[in-house]
Amino acid sequence: MAKILMKGNEAIGEGAVRAGCRYFFGYPITPQSELPHYLAKRLPEVGGVYLQSESETGAINMVYGAAGAGARVMTSSSGPGISLMQEGISYLAGAELPCVIVNMIRGGPGLGNIAPAQSDYFQATKGGGHGDYRVIVLAPASVQEIIDLMRVAFDLADRYRNPVMVAGDGILGQMMEPVELGEEEEIQIPPRPWAATGRMGGEKKLINSLYIVPEELEQHNLKLARKYALITEREQRWEEYRLGGAKLVLVAFGTAARICKAVVDRCREEGLAVGLIRPITLWPFPQKAFEPVIEEAERFLVVEMNLGQMVEDVRLTVNGRRPVHFYGRCGGMLPVAADVVREVKKLYGGEGQ
Amino acid sequence: MKKVFTRPRSLKDIPTHYCPGCTHGIVHRLVAEVIDELEIFDRTIGVAPVGCSVFAYNYFDCDMFQASHGRAPAVATGIKRVLPDRVVFTYQGDGDLAAIGTGEIVHAAARGEKFTVIFINNAIYAMTGGQMAPTTLLGQKTTTTPYGRDKEVNGYPVKVAEMLSVLDGTAYVARVSVHDPAHVVKAKKAIKRAFEVQLANLGFSIVEVLSACPTNWGLPPAEALKWLAENMIPYYPLGEYKKPAEVG
Repeated sequence: MAKILMKGNEAIGEGAVRAGCRYFFGYPITPQSELPHYLAKRLPEVGGVYLQSESETGAINMVYGAAGAGARVMTSSSGPGISLMQEGISYLAGAELPCVIVNMIRGGPGLGNIAPAQSDYFQATKGGGHGDYRVIVLAPASVQEIIDLMRVAFDLADRYRNPVMVAGDGILGQMMEPVELGEEEEIQIPPRPWAATGRMGGEKKLINSLYIVPEELEQHNLKLARKYALITEREQRWEEYRLGGAKLVLVAFGTAARICKAVVDRCREEGLAVGLIRPITLWPFPQKAFEPVIEEAERFLVVEMNLGQMVEDVRLTVNGRRPVHFYGRCGGMLPVAADVVREVKKLYGGEGQ
Repeated sequence: MKKVFTRPRSLKDIPTHYCPGCTHGIVHRLVAEVIDELEIFDRTIGVAPVGCSVFAYNYFDCDMFQASHGRAPAVATGIKRVLPDRVVFTYQGDGDLAAIGTGEIVHAAARGEKFTVIFINNAIYAMTGGQMAPTTLLGQKTTTTPYGRDKEVNGYPVKVAEMLSVLDGTAYVARVSVHDPAHVVKAKKAIKRAFEVQLANLGFSIVEVLSACPTNWGLPPAEALKWLAENMIPYYPLGEYKKPAEVG
């Protein structure tokens, strides 16, 4: 099948439709607007529902209703809107409802700006809302990967009855790249015996996150913890790029990882043993990626479009065995490959921190 | 012997947590009786709020959702858009619907969402300890208006039925009371109409029910009902504010 040119935001929409998603609830915000524009046209074509909500709190609670009623459903927003959704995401996690939430991250804090950033890493991976819960977070780095990961996102949400966040940024959302869509598959959505769809002669079903008795909530928390442990064991995803014999290992995700690939190529050309680990799941963080390289790697350099967030997870993983350095740009500014190369050269072959 | 009075099928046979003299129990029963009479129990999905009626999901025996504070109309929107052939209702108090959830209720009504809202107006936040509600009357003493609600400080009570009835998306809007048997009968008629409007796919339907909270009003149950009739009804006039021609 021929490749076609697609914007990242449109690819999210097409990927969702091809993954069997038929319901979208959302509120306008830049820089993800092409996604609702695309789905407002596309969903009615496939018998689905596109509904513009009154706010992001409205949108995420519509998602809660639709997910509890058994639908494959998604919403999308950016920084400030995702902040407004956090209460709802906590309820979705507590009630164990599958859904996909897209965050095309923009610069913050506050109104910040609409330029690409990765400053919502903490919010995405460390909970975001109240209570002890986790959201699976996927970070694509190309338009093709968006198409491929949307199916993964909905499948993971169903398999673990858990919200899944797809975290991108304005660059990924708005750049056009050639993609291979492949044949459209007939999607079988897994049965949802827990969904509240009206009793229709069956047992009563309840969609709920309230456990008023502490003993019962503790059991519910522990059950969730076992699920999160299983996800951590099974679902770590990452890409390795020219890691063979790497003495300095770059760690970056999304758009920053694309820049780092260019950095790796330039360094390798100059004879420097530099490679890249690109986390695809931000949660669970791909700790397994680090064990095979830690023997040879002398140090790690984490590159992010923020003031240093994922670097904390890399430090937890490396756990003091090697120095972990950080280079970042923020406020919607991008790391420039030449600057990262300079940073690599400063560190390469050096001693200690 | 013929059985002439029984528990509605749609209510579970368990004790409720409501205080003595609280009228939530009456309204639960009316909703359940209507669901039974319309023979829609098996395809009805309810949404419980945050507030005193948070445990409504334990009392109604149909499928239920528990929603976050004020968001029941958004949750119901999601359910009904996925399952348009089911009957969906929300059950919400005045703090939930008329304060934190005003955005959700106004826009669900404006969109003409085809579900039914049962709105309990008892002029107070009861579960959290008797604070001022958006519907607290001027001069009414609560734990956060110890000198009485002052319009200069707290503004005016929100008239939900009047406000929603001007929106084109609403098909049926009524305000009823449950302070005496005659009004309970009228309240049931309105609730039944609201569900019939939903079944006929005519649009958004809401019944505001003036309700008593003896505990937080600091009144014995019988006096609370009298206080409701004498103080709430003059400010919140009863009646059908909007009714489609299709229902009698």
